[in-house]
Amino acid sequence: MNTDLLIHQVFSGLASGSIYASVALALVMIYQATHLVNFAQGELAMFSTYIAWSLLQTGMPYWAAFFATVAVAFALGVLIERIIVRPVENAPILSVVIVFIGLLVITNSLAGWIFSYTIKPFPSPFPEQPLFGNRYVSSHELGSTAITLVELALLFVFFRFTPLGLAMRAAAQNPMSSRLVGIRVGWMLALGWGLAGALGAIAGIMVAPTVFLEPNMMSGILLYAFAAALLGGIDSPGGAVLGGFIVGVLENLVGSLLGTELKLTVALVLIVGVLVVRPSGLFGKVHVTRV
Amino acid sequence: MAALLEVRGLHAQYGATEVLHGMDFTVAEGGITTILGANGAGKTTTLRAVCGMVKRRGDVSFGGRRIDALATESIVRLGVAHVPDGRGTFVNLSVEDNLRLGAYTRRDKAQVAADFERVFAYFPRLKERRRQQAGTLSGGEQQMLAVSRALMLRPRLLLLDEPSFGLAPLIVQELFEIFREINAKDGVSMLLVEQNAALALKLARDAYLLETGRVVISGPAETIRNDESVRRSYLGY
Repeated sequence: MNTDLLIHQVFSGLASGSIYASVALALVMIYQATHLVNFAQGELAMFSTYIAWSLLQTGMPYWAAFFATVAVAFALGVLIERIIVRPVENAPILSVVIVFIGLLVITNSLAGWIFSYTIKPFPSPFPEQPLFGNRYVSSHELGSTAITLVELALLFVFFRFTPLGLAMRAAAQNPMSSRLVGIRVGWMLALGWGLAGALGAIAGIMVAPTVFLEPNMMSGILLYAFAAALLGGIDSPGGAVLGGFIVGVLENLVGSLLGTELKLTVALVLIVGVLVVRPSGLFGKVHVTRV
Repeated sequence: MAALLEVRGLHAQYGATEVLHGMDFTVAEGGITTILGANGAGKTTTLRAVCGMVKRRGDVSFGGRRIDALATESIVRLGVAHVPDGRGTFVNLSVEDNLRLGAYTRRDKAQVAADFERVFAYFPRLKERRRQQAGTLSGGEQQMLAVSRALMLRPRLLLLDEPSFGLAPLIVQELFEIFREINAKDGVSMLLVEQNAALALKLARDAYLLETGRVVISGPAETIRNDESVRRSYLGY
């Protein structure tokens, strides 16, 4: 492979990696609060993308539709936590997993029923010509990566420097002590679901121009995001983001070197590999339980 | 003096097991009340029942307002701070963030900043370690942090669950001196649960003796301290 192609593959790997990073971060956020992986995360993102598509169909300007969708996805996340997840809060793990899988199937079918399974094109807000006359990376790849990076930076600032962000971290780490300082832990969890929903919506909107809009568009992406989250450490937000970029680049390089059929295998090999060799991931905490 | 906390017929249970069988006690406005008893008598449960951390029934009034149906976080917002069993440290957060969380419900920013200095004056060690991860503190320092975090709420009532537990005698002395000071200077009322009866009876004004979920003896702390038979049969010193 020549250098130009290699550089190109790395860049587009970073671009898809940024999508995986967002979804992985959404997974990690839910995981930190509930110690469960939300299998429906990808489908919720897909459904949000359909909402964006519907808004665009009404003639709404792109960015207005973008932000409206993010707001709706946030509200949807909060509602799902309050109405569906909350009642099974203290249920056995397997029951909650079933609820998540049910949510996945229902969202998928609902999207197919409302919007049909026909594949739809989805517009990109970025120009068709590569920016700055570069040869390696398309405008959409560059633009979507930039948006993801901005979103990640905003989240970092929110969690690191605002009282609400601190309260959300506290509620995830130690719910009982959080109640004792007056934090409404239930609402913090709902807020986490809202943020995860918003993250997913942005990822869906940014990836839709490449993978096209259809009810199953996120299934592969969720797998990559899951691999990314595991690689970085399922309880480490920073690790999940880095994992996303690593998985993106790896998947692209393997795809161009060994053939695109093996792309998805990369994710599966990573998942199995990490779980066998280092279950806590690169940056996750090793949990030791006294028995 | 009027009662700040008034508890009548308090029952509490874990699952199907009832642990408190109808307790009555009060904490006077500006006073310190201690609840003494052996392991398993229900001391920790009493504090948990007051702030809604266990299933409870009975009348609990705080400042004339019924709180027995409120959620923990709502009771806390009324000004009840709890230094829990096991200290409840946010181990992954810095000392400063732990204190900031203590003041989470407050909106008076300037006052909160002043209170940081106030708790650092009580516990200079915490100031030195303000950027350190709270989980790396020693047991005594974590207890200081737990008390400080509770003070950051500017509470009217402080619930203290065995603050002397696991600490060196000298640190315990220091800690109880600070409780006395907080009570005298800031007028914070306290409900203290202790195994170290001698220490608790010296600090408190009123005392209750708890045996398997029931109050068996109550009265002024001084009277109980001087009652030889009570001391010998219940307090073991």
